[in-house]
Amino acid sequence: MKLMAEAVSVMRGDRMVVTHLSFGVEAGEALVLVGPNGAGKTTLIRCIAGLLRLSAGQIRLEGAQPERTLGEECHYVGHLNGVKASLTVEENATFWSRYLGGASEQIEPALATFGLVAARDIPAAYLSAGQRRRLALARLLLAARPVWLLDEPAVSLDQAAQQVLTTVVDAHLATGGLVVAATHAPLGFARSRELQLGVAAMAA
Amino acid sequence: MAWKDGGTIGVALGFYLIVVTLLPLGLGPDLNLLSRIAPGLLWVALLLSALLSLGRLFESDLEDGSLDVLATGPLPLEAVAAAKSLAHWLTTGVPLAALAPALGLLLNLQPDAYAVLVATMLIGTPAISFIGSVGAALTLRTRRGGLLLALLMLPLFVPTLIFGISAISAALTNSEAYGPSLLILGAISLAAVALAPVATGAALRFQLQ
Repeated sequence: MKLMAEAVSVMRGDRMVVTHLSFGVEAGEALVLVGPNGAGKTTLIRCIAGLLRLSAGQIRLEGAQPERTLGEECHYVGHLNGVKASLTVEENATFWSRYLGGASEQIEPALATFGLVAARDIPAAYLSAGQRRRLALARLLLAARPVWLLDEPAVSLDQAAQQVLTTVVDAHLATGGLVVAATHAPLGFARSRELQLGVAAMAA
Repeated sequence: MAWKDGGTIGVALGFYLIVVTLLPLGLGPDLNLLSRIAPGLLWVALLLSALLSLGRLFESDLEDGSLDVLATGPLPLEAVAAAKSLAHWLTTGVPLAALAPALGLLLNLQPDAYAVLVATMLIGTPAISFIGSVGAALTLRTRRGGLLLALLMLPLFVPTLIFGISAISAALTNSEAYGPSLLILGAISLAAVALAPVATGAALRFQLQ
């Protein structure tokens, strides 16, 4: 399986945010997008998830099931957590598990991995920012999807949780998964490559 | 599926109750007048109450990022829109329709019209939820979207309103003649259920850009 981007350009408003960018991500590899604020990291990730339209070029996943869109092969964890404040931790996880087509047996281990078992019956409104982030990341483990798109995944996570995230991502990579992550802080994934964004655009 | 709704139904029901109780106070205690305008009053107030909660239909999903994840899910956004509209109907349209007979009593509505009143509302309110979802999706990112929503969507509810009221009026004057109006009301709702999710899905996709 391989994620291919060919000559991708994206317009936001009147500005070319991503210009003629090509890259490939192999199975078992993490692509880490780095660059200054406004360089187009989030834009690129949202394009891969199929949320934004490309102005030119194409992104495709080689070796995927043909009847599924690229977005359906992706787990997207963006800046917003997708956590419903009025539902408890467990209800949030159960909802996303059902919606994303995961098995219900995976809910318990996913919550356990991110240390949320003790908080399972607490409404998400009472969680701290870091705990909400962990709940969003737990979604990655609820259903199996080959491509993980992580936008600043480590924001507001403590040291231990960052370590958990690295372990989880490395395990995903080891089973042939793909990861595209945008970050400012180093994430320490095992097999990762950096893609510098926005240098040309900033200079222009 | 555990579709989450904020506690807006209480507000909608309360609003309905208050509008319908306030109007007779303004119009004076003329029972004949009240029973004549009761069908129209009940329908217009129901429309406004339903609009109150329509604005929030997708707003919280956009704010907390759920919409992004819903878009990457196995269901197309059209199906998400249909499910949300159905949930809105079940949690708003049905309770409002259930409250209507009690309010009809306040307005001295003739007893033979109650069955038709509830029937028109149950048949007509799906159109409000489904057509309204298009407006809710279109006004998602606008500030004060609720007012814009009302402005955009109220004209589209005119057919539902006309045939809903005409069915009740027909039942009041001639107990057999409400059939055709009820059928047209059903046709409007069915068309809305079939077509509106497509438009809502497209609007949501656009809002994610």
